[in-house]
Formats: sequence, structure tokens, C-alpha cells
Amino acid sequence: MSIFEYNGSALIAMVGKNCFAIASDRRLGVQLQTIATDFQRIYKVHDRLFLGLSGLATDAQTLYQRLVFRHKLYQLREERDMKPETFANLVSAILYEKRFGPYFCQPVIAGLGDEDKPFICTMDSIGAKELAKDFVVAGTASESLYGACESMFKEGMEPEELFETVSQALLSSVDRDCLSGWGGHVYVVRENTDVRCIFKHDHSDMILLRSIKYIEKELNMLL
Amino acid sequence: MGDSQYSFSLTTFSPSGKLVQIEHALTAVGSGQTSLGIKAANGVVIATEKKLPSILVDETSVQKIQCLTPNIGVVYSGMGPDFRVLVRKSRKQAEQYHRLYKEPIPVTQLVRETAAVMQEFTQSGGVRPFGVSLLVAGYDDNGPQLYQVDPSGSYFSWKASAMGKNVSNAKTFLEKRYTDDMELDDAVHTAILTLKEGFEGQISGKNIEIGIIGTDRKFRQAPALTLSPFSLKLYGGVMLMRKMTFWL
Repeated sequence: MSIFEYNGSALIAMVGKNCFAIASDRRLGVQLQTIATDFQRIYKVHDRLFLGLSGLATDAQTLYQRLVFRHKLYQLREERDMKPETFANLVSAILYEKRFGPYFCQPVIAGLGDEDKPFICTMDSIGAKELAKDFVVAGTASESLYGACESMFKEGMEPEELFETVSQALLSSVDRDCLSGWGGHVYVVRENTDVRCIFKHDHSDMILLRSIKYIEKELNMLL
Repeated sequence: MGDSQYSFSLTTFSPSGKLVQIEHALTAVGSGQTSLGIKAANGVVIATEKKLPSILVDETSVQKIQCLTPNIGVVYSGMGPDFRVLVRKSRKQAEQYHRLYKEPIPVTQLVRETAAVMQEFTQSGGVRPFGVSLLVAGYDDNGPQLYQVDPSGSYFSWKASAMGKNVSNAKTFLEKRYTDDMELDDAVHTAILTLKEGFEGQISGKNIEIGIIGTDRKFRQAPALTLSPFSLKLYGGVMLMRKMTFWL
């Protein structure tokens, strides 16, 4: 079994109209055994920048700690937050430093750049950046995720619709992957607000629809 | 006081609390050629005398004003060779920043790192401080900025400053002439007039150097200007200034 498939993960980031969504599954496993069903893979670097890390969980946690360290120092020295493009470059440089003994992670970076323009990118474990205008995926379920996103994606979605699309794409893909699943964390970020939704996955369409509708109501209130 | 006993060793404080080597470095700066900088509302100008030891020296080979990045330039007073070393180090630091973040380095960050290098040489064994003070001029997202960096490693942000031989007269002159809403070409005029104040001999395009950065964020050097000495004498350098503004 590949080292990237040891813990299992699924990550999506998608661009909407002046907003972005980043979502992950919640399972942490040790090969076939499930250890946790509430594992966090997406971290907030600052209000307008989120980082998701798929792959080996220990490397994901360490890499996150290193990046937060670098970002905090940057904030103190330069008295400003890092732009998403700048952060992506930093991540790429840090990953390449370990070219011959890499971190077994695939990061997904999503943020709002200048003038609230959404920015997403992913890279491989040694820092090869892939910028995309629509969506990026990572993790053990990535092949299913690509298919689901490609068919469900539309340009210029508003936050509510974007949330639905991302959730449906995530859930339908992880359902076909034994190593990821157990619900999802979804973050939808627009300007000064970010809405975080967690839902437990029940295999029941009705319950899923209901929970989405419930969250939609909340979204409408907040956004 | 008893200071002279401590004046040889850089890394030892004297009883009066000074590092005497740094004081000596500042003296070296103070006997260097005058240089000055002025921050305008829409840009920064830096200027320096370029007095060469003989008329046989090829003045086009001497460049006292250098650029550290496309949007940051620097001028010095003091020892030329020390300046070259600092420019080299600063350029490397700016490029390392760019390699890491794909962003041009902000002026404050570059000044801070250059100052850190200069401070290192006041606290290490077997080295001496740099015998230069730098005036760093740049334009970034925080607008036009002008910083002075001393041999001790301390740095200050200035609206207008001068260093070198004629520093007190030049600063008094600048204090009188400086206004907060000065435009860039006014600043260039004032810079040339200030240089002219303490100039020994005839000022011309060949014995001064001017560097300018405006809202386009590109640091440029003023090219050598040829002027008729007659017009210079008559208008006291006005022709020179008009030519500069045209070129601007």
C-alpha cells in the first residue's frame, strides 16, 4: 500500500463568484481500521486564507505547524497578512527543500486575493504548483472527485449554490472510496465572512437533503 | 576619559557606554562626499557629489548610486569598497526574498536585513564596522520611502536627509525648504540646490549623480547632462534643473 493511502483523505477547493469553498472528509484511519471520525484536515491560516492537507496525517500536522510558524513570523515582521499567491509559493519552496526525503502530503490552498478575487491551487508532495480557475482536488478519492467536480461545476456560483455543489461532489466521491468518508467539513468564504458547516453522513439521502437545507437557511441568515 | 584605551577593540564597550569603533566609523562617513535624499509626495530622489580624484578618471565608470531591486535604489557617504560589498549582500537578500515569496521585497524589510548585516559586523570577532552610511530610496505598496542606515546598524525613516561632509548646512537648508506636499520635480530642484550649497567648484552634470523613483516604481539614474558653463553661472543651475525636469 502506498504511503499516501495510509490514513485516507479527500479534499476539494472550488471557486465561486467572489467566494471560494474548501471541503474535506472527516475520517482518520490506519489502513483498514477507522481511528477517528472527526479529524480536521482544513486549517485557517488567516481570515482570507485556508489550507487543506491530504496524505499522511503526521506529515500534514507537522507541515501545518511549520507553515503557521512561518506565517506568524511574516505577520510580525511585515505587519500584514500573506497573500494567497505568496503563501502558495512559500509552501512550494518548503516542500522542495525536502526534495529527497519529502513530506507525504498534498496541500490544497484556497484564499481571497486582492480585490476579493478567489485563488485556489494544489501541489504535489515536492512542491509542483497547479493553479486552477475552477476547482482542485486531492486525496485517496481524487479520481472520483475529479469526475464529480467536472460534472457538477458551474462558473460564477453564489455561496449557497457553491456550498451545495461542493458538498454533493465530496459526498458522492468519498462514498466510492473506502479510505475516506464519515461526513465532511465545508468552509465557504466570501469577503469578511466564512461559514463553516459540518455534517455527519448517514447514507440516507433524505437526511442529507434535510441537513443541507437546514444549513442553507443558516447560510442565508449569515450571508 | 579613558576611552582611548578601548578604542581599538570593537567588541568592548568603553566606560562611557560607547563602542568607540562605531564612533570612528561615523567619522569616516562624515568625511565622505555629501549625499542627500528627499521624499516627495509621489516619489523619492537621492543625489550625491561625484568628485573624482583627477580629471583623467573616466567618470562614466564610477557609479555611486546603485539599484538594489527594480524599485529600490541606494546612495552612500563614506568608503566606496564597503558600499560595494553591502550592495552585493542586499541584492542577494532581495532576490532570496523573491525566490521564497514571488513578491518584490518591501523597502522596510530590505532595510532591516541590510541593517542586520551591518550590526553583525559590530558584534563579531576580527571584523570592523562598515565605513558607510546608506540612504535607501524605494517605492512599494506603502508609498515612497527613504531610509538612512548607519554603520552601527540603526536605521531611520526620513522625509529628507543628508550625510557626509556638508551635513549640517545641508540639513538646515533642507529643513527650510522641505514641504510635505512637494512633488517629485520640486524635490529634484531642491536636491540640486542643496548640493550646490556646499559644492566646491563648478557644479555640472558630470560631477553629481541623481537617482529617482516615482509612481511607476522603477528606479532610474539621471544620465550625465552636458551644460554650458555660462548658462550655469547665470542661472545658478536653473538650466540644469530644467533639463532634468524635461527628462523626467
